[in-house]
Amino acid sequence: MTATETPSTPPSSPYRQTPARRVLAFLRNTWRGLTAMRTALVLLFLLALAAMPGVMLPQRPLNPPKTAQYIAAHGWWGTLLDRLQFFNVFSSVWFSAIYLLLMVSLVGCLLPRSFEYIRSMRAKPVLTPRNLSRMPHFREATVERSPSDVLAAARARLKGWRTVEREEDGGARSISAERGYLRETGNMIFHFAILGLIIAFALGKMYTYEGQVIVQATGGQDSVFCNSGIYAYDSFNPGLRVDGTDLTPFCVKINDFSAKYTAAGEPTHYSSDIEYQSGADLQTGTWKPYLLEVNSPLRTAGDRTYLLGHGYTPIFTVTYPNGEKRTQATQWRPENQTTYLSDGATKFDPPGVTNAAERRTKELAITGLFAPTSFIHGGILTSTAPELNNPMVAVDVMRGDLGLDSGRSQSIFDIDQSMVADGRLKRVARQNLAVGQSITLDDGTKISFDGVQQWVSLQVSHDPTQDYVLGFAIAMLAGLAGSLLVKRRRVWLRVRPADGDGNGTVVQVGGLARTDQAGYGEEFTRIADELLTGGKRK
Amino acid sequence: MLALVNETLSHYSDWSYTTATAIYVLALAFFLIEQAFGAKSRRVAERAQARQLVGAGAPAPDVETTADVPEHRAPRGRAERIGRMGVSLLVLGALLHVAAIVLRGLATHRVPWGNMYEYIMAVTFIAVVTWLWAVRKFPVRHLSGFMLLPVVILMFIGGTALYTVAAPVVPALQSYWLWIHVSAAIVSSGIFMVPGVASIFFLIRSAHDRNPERFARFAPRLPAADMLDRVAYRATVVAFPLFTFGVLCGAVWAESAWGRFWGWDPKETTAFVAWVVYAAYLHSRATAGWRGTRAAVINILGFAVMVFNLFFVNLVTTGLHSYAGVG
Ligand code: HEM
Repeated sequence: MTATETPSTPPSSPYRQTPARRVLAFLRNTWRGLTAMRTALVLLFLLALAAMPGVMLPQRPLNPPKTAQYIAAHGWWGTLLDRLQFFNVFSSVWFSAIYLLLMVSLVGCLLPRSFEYIRSMRAKPVLTPRNLSRMPHFREATVERSPSDVLAAARARLKGWRTVEREEDGGARSISAERGYLRETGNMIFHFAILGLIIAFALGKMYTYEGQVIVQATGGQDSVFCNSGIYAYDSFNPGLRVDGTDLTPFCVKINDFSAKYTAAGEPTHYSSDIEYQSGADLQTGTWKPYLLEVNSPLRTAGDRTYLLGHGYTPIFTVTYPNGEKRTQATQWRPENQTTYLSDGATKFDPPGVTNAAERRTKELAITGLFAPTSFIHGGILTSTAPELNNPMVAVDVMRGDLGLDSGRSQSIFDIDQSMVADGRLKRVARQNLAVGQSITLDDGTKISFDGVQQWVSLQVSHDPTQDYVLGFAIAMLAGLAGSLLVKRRRVWLRVRPADGDGNGTVVQVGGLARTDQAGYGEEFTRIADELLTGGKRK
Repeated sequence: MLALVNETLSHYSDWSYTTATAIYVLALAFFLIEQAFGAKSRRVAERAQARQLVGAGAPAPDVETTADVPEHRAPRGRAERIGRMGVSLLVLGALLHVAAIVLRGLATHRVPWGNMYEYIMAVTFIAVVTWLWAVRKFPVRHLSGFMLLPVVILMFIGGTALYTVAAPVVPALQSYWLWIHVSAAIVSSGIFMVPGVASIFFLIRSAHDRNPERFARFAPRLPAADMLDRVAYRATVVAFPLFTFGVLCGAVWAESAWGRFWGWDPKETTAFVAWVVYAAYLHSRATAGWRGTRAAVINILGFAVMVFNLFFVNLVTTGLHSYAGVG
């Protein structure tokens, strides 16, 4: 800021509009504007509006292929939406901006309210108004009892209310009572809990990770998964602050998988017998049993392991002309989620061939379809149920160069189609096989379909702040209930000796509902009756 | 086989459902007759009420004044009688309705809200019960026909396009959280329906109050605007914490079923939007210039989002909630 700038206001003005002042004024006005209730309302609407594309458009974190398809199908419009982060709404700049502004607004609103809250919690109920009959609710009666009796009975009746008794001019005495302070307390808890929840949620996003892996469900070597690093997973989504170097170690071993189905093939139950090691067990090598089910993940220190899905692994044995045997069990993926008709590719490297060029003519892949409950119609294999009743495969045997050393990444479910297109990988047999059946190739190699085992897909999730989020959410709910359902009420009672000789007392009762007036009428009548008669009304 | 479905009970459930719908239609007709011909007796009632309100403004010390509208003793005209019969029919319909729900549960050996048909059956039941509460508490009986209209439409859609035969649910739904989470969602959605409809009438009534030429034939038959506002507020204030509770339970369930407590799945996102809209409704009532009309619009918007969440999100988008099971 330069000091030489000429002020636009006359020098005589006591408030010189220096740029610093202007910036200050601007900041102050922005702050005031931001923390006004009206602004909070507008921001709430913007937040709701901004979340809607998250429902209407496919979201990349949830469904990447569908998102890509959508963008491709919508040309420049899709590309534009993509640039504007409409396919990842909840990480977008604009969504974050709205909720950050809302948080600022919330803080700005909460600070002054907290002071006011503390003051009001210490304050005594307000003075009894001079003219009680002007209150929205009012009753008056002359009773036989003495003023002190009436007051004593009132004190008993108003237990639980915050009360203060005062002497007034002219021999009158009064009680001011107020109730429902919990409403404001609930409100404060609610808003602070929202703040805590948002912060815990955001921190969680930094330190969370999620990984998926497929494991054979046989209890053997290929049934063990250890959380030792990113490489152990088939896919891994780390939070911003996770690099995968210090995952909490634990291991699981999948002993089996079982599913139950209705007659219509609808699944009714999935479960998997597993064993696991975590913490000290890893040193001692102890395995502990656990029944892994949908809705019931394995919880180890810091991590949860979920049963996500399952599928089948056909087992093939290749007997080479020289008598050597190789057996492979590679998972195939269900292409139909109802019948579990699956596809995949089981690949074999020829044994004992050291010459790379020769090897590239002898690699084998068994590809095709697997049906757990097979049905052949017109020579085509289909599956009629997800259970393993009558398994069968329909395979193409491919021989040649699988492209294993081409440098391109291989899918475990597919063969490299460009090798087929180049003629370097050729089909040498096509046949349907039941368990125990085999094919013999032209060079005498025998391929047999030995049996089937199951695999499960697991997800490991880690979120260090989720318990805090839950705590804040519960506080928020409790605060909300208090702030909406507790009612603030005021009651005043004034007693004065009746004029004249008798020892009667004139009792006045006034009432005011500070919230939710509608419900106060009957309640006030009841309270006033009891105050006037000095007893409990039935 | 785990849970065999009891065909007989499921059949009785269907029968109760259809009959309840038919009785609601009949009650609706009764209420419309009352609404059409009952204007006179209501005017008498309103004059009585107006006298009370005048009394409330005056500082007469011996007058017990309350903001609650007293039970009015209007002369019982024919329309009035028809309206009362309508309420009796409504109660009868609600009894059959609850029977349909219970029988469905007995038939399937699980909680009877595992798919959209059952969900709608339960939501409409809660809406009817909430409305019966409103009729007891506030002089709004003659609006019952309009309240029943969305109920009947929903029940018709539920019973035809979305009808699902009784069956067990998939493994992911086999959890006691189905009980807790979904019943909280059902109860809150059912209650939210009443403020949604009351707010529509509030808009009509207050438009008429501002300019008597608007809705000149219809609006004078509606209860006073502040009454409608109160019905909407009282019901929303109960439904909103319940809804919050339902969302919270959903998150706890999602943590054990899907591997994360919140993942911006379409259903979750829309619940978030509805929650924010209802929070805005509550705030708007505490904000100068937003009370009244704007608040009512926000409340209607909130219910629109709830309906969107039920239909659009279940039927059009694909998400983790999609196994809600349709037809
Ligand atoms: C995350 C956003 C927010 C949500 C979901 C939220 C929700 C709520 C709810 C449900 C209530 C109860 C309303 C009632 O008592 O009738 C409430 C009350 C209140 N909130 Fe918020 N709030 C949010 C942000 C804010 C912000 C940013 C402010 C300040 C600018 C604010 C100020 C208030 C005030 C003053 C009340 C008391 C209203 C009354 O007197 O009834 N809130 N809030």
